[in-house]
Amino acid sequence: MKDNSYVAVSTDSPSRMTAEDLSKMPKKIRNWQVYPGKNKFCCDGRVMMAKQTGIFYFTCALIVITSGLFFGFDCPYLAENVTPAIPAVGGALFIFVMSTLFRTSFSDPGVIPRATPDEAAEMEKLMEIPNAASPGHYRPPPRTKEVVIKGQVIKLKYCFTCKIFRPPRASHCSLCDNCVERFDHHCPWVGNCVGKRNYRYFYLFILSLSIHCIYIFACVLTHLILREYECSISVRLKKLVLVSLTLATIVEAIICFFSVWSIIGLAGFHTYLATSEQTTNEDIKGSFSSRRGQENFNPYSQGTILKNCMVVLCSPTPPSLIDRRGFVVPDSSQIHPVSDGVVKEKESNAVNVKHESYGSTTVTQQKSTTSVGTNTAVDKTPVANGNSTGPMTKHDMIIYQTPDGSINKKLPAVNGAYVEPPSPPPEYTCIAMDTVAVPVPVAVTMDAVQDHVTVDMDAVVSPEDGAATCESRGCSTTNVSV
Amino acid sequence: MEGHRMDDLARIPSSQCAKVFIPRDYSDGTTVRFVTKYPPELDGRIDPKLLQQTVITLNSMYCEAETLSGKTYCESCFACLTAYLSYICFSTHYEKTLKKIKRYVEDQNQTVYVPRGLMVIDPVERGLRTLEICIVTEVNAR
Repeated sequence: MKDNSYVAVSTDSPSRMTAEDLSKMPKKIRNWQVYPGKNKFCCDGRVMMAKQTGIFYFTCALIVITSGLFFGFDCPYLAENVTPAIPAVGGALFIFVMSTLFRTSFSDPGVIPRATPDEAAEMEKLMEIPNAASPGHYRPPPRTKEVVIKGQVIKLKYCFTCKIFRPPRASHCSLCDNCVERFDHHCPWVGNCVGKRNYRYFYLFILSLSIHCIYIFACVLTHLILREYECSISVRLKKLVLVSLTLATIVEAIICFFSVWSIIGLAGFHTYLATSEQTTNEDIKGSFSSRRGQENFNPYSQGTILKNCMVVLCSPTPPSLIDRRGFVVPDSSQIHPVSDGVVKEKESNAVNVKHESYGSTTVTQQKSTTSVGTNTAVDKTPVANGNSTGPMTKHDMIIYQTPDGSINKKLPAVNGAYVEPPSPPPEYTCIAMDTVAVPVPVAVTMDAVQDHVTVDMDAVVSPEDGAATCESRGCSTTNVSV
Repeated sequence: MEGHRMDDLARIPSSQCAKVFIPRDYSDGTTVRFVTKYPPELDGRIDPKLLQQTVITLNSMYCEAETLSGKTYCESCFACLTAYLSYICFSTHYEKTLKKIKRYVEDQNQTVYVPRGLMVIDPVERGLRTLEICIVTEVNAR
């Protein structure tokens, strides 16, 4: 039984899990296997990349092929005729370039883990306060928070996916579906986001690659020129043999010549960013440029160019906050308490319902409509129900060992330990289903859900409010499903 | 293993208990710091001074982990010279400090918080977003 259920969960995995992987895996499930973002993991969670990695392989191939040609065709001649230091330096550069590239691509860029259901509920409650003060107004709740950093006012936006107020400098990467700390940009060339944890490697990669490129280009030119001299002096016969050698050298020269400009440009740009302690994201948005008569400055700058560089290159490496290789613990906070939890659940739920109606009154808040509902543990179930989204499914399947009977039917048991539904009271089911209902685009049990919702609406919201909410909810569901 | 014990300890009550979240303090940049204000939800449960002491100690420990000192500078330069291959063998200063913080939180839990029916959760388990305090002996307040 256990084995069967285990397979069922793992086949829905977004990552390439083969049967042998499964058999090799321990009974316990690691965190990366249930990771909610759109990332790719290799080596049992040690390696983390973005979903699309095609261009990364292209980058790798370009570097390796060019360097290979250089070591194969130019180095022997240059080592013999000029100095053996040339291949040595080239080798060191190549190792450094590849090492920094792999570090950039394979490491966690500084993902901020998503909020726990309790934390999200707390956040919702906090956001509700301004509305509670003026109950007559249907004002959308504030989705930004202002903090003052060294005298500079910075707006923190609420992330609907991660259910957190994004820390300063963090941004949500739509490709990886993560909030990344000190987000620089998503770089398809390295196949990963560039953020707090790998910006240093990225910068060093760019810098060393530009040096490597110039180095190869210079060596190749030297080689060609020396050969030319040799040929004009020595016997013409030799030239025939040399054609293939020269061809490889010319290919290298062309690759280097065309790539070196963009790489040098990028290195220069990132040097400027590093010296002013900015991110690409901030630079593009012009976050710290003075505008509208407002005096803006960069509160993160250390003051001097040298200090900024030191911070970028030498400051202690922050740890990865997503414990990828840790084991999934059946977190009890995911399983909703039955006893006094019902009261609390209802409270936070009431908040949800209201948000939802606010959200759908304004078009701009559409996203909030979909996501606000998804703030508690239970509501991710529809994704699992629909079986439509790849990466989310497995995560949900494991998390959603909720004590809700209807959900359990659709989900295979993962582990006997936490499937056990502690017979929920009927009221609880209603509430849980309500949260489910809102964001469901493809819910199988839509009708049943609707029933539950209406029942619950009456219970939570006053009749006229309830009508409005139902209406708006209806519109929100259609929006989502389209 | 220590961590696991801590996890078990933290998770068993966390389903039933109310939680208090102490948010991050960004006033001094993006370094990890928590607000030292006393949350009103904990009123009567713990002496504000004790909690403040814990938060201040945590803040100073995180600050120590993040600031660029001579030691961390040497560490980073050495790692850079080895093309960051040294990180495979050595754990960084930050990681060591995090272990220290974990021990500190465990220690504080045992001596101060658990006897008062509270439980501090190591911020790293919450992605350094908040300092979560569980009220373990919740007598069904609301």
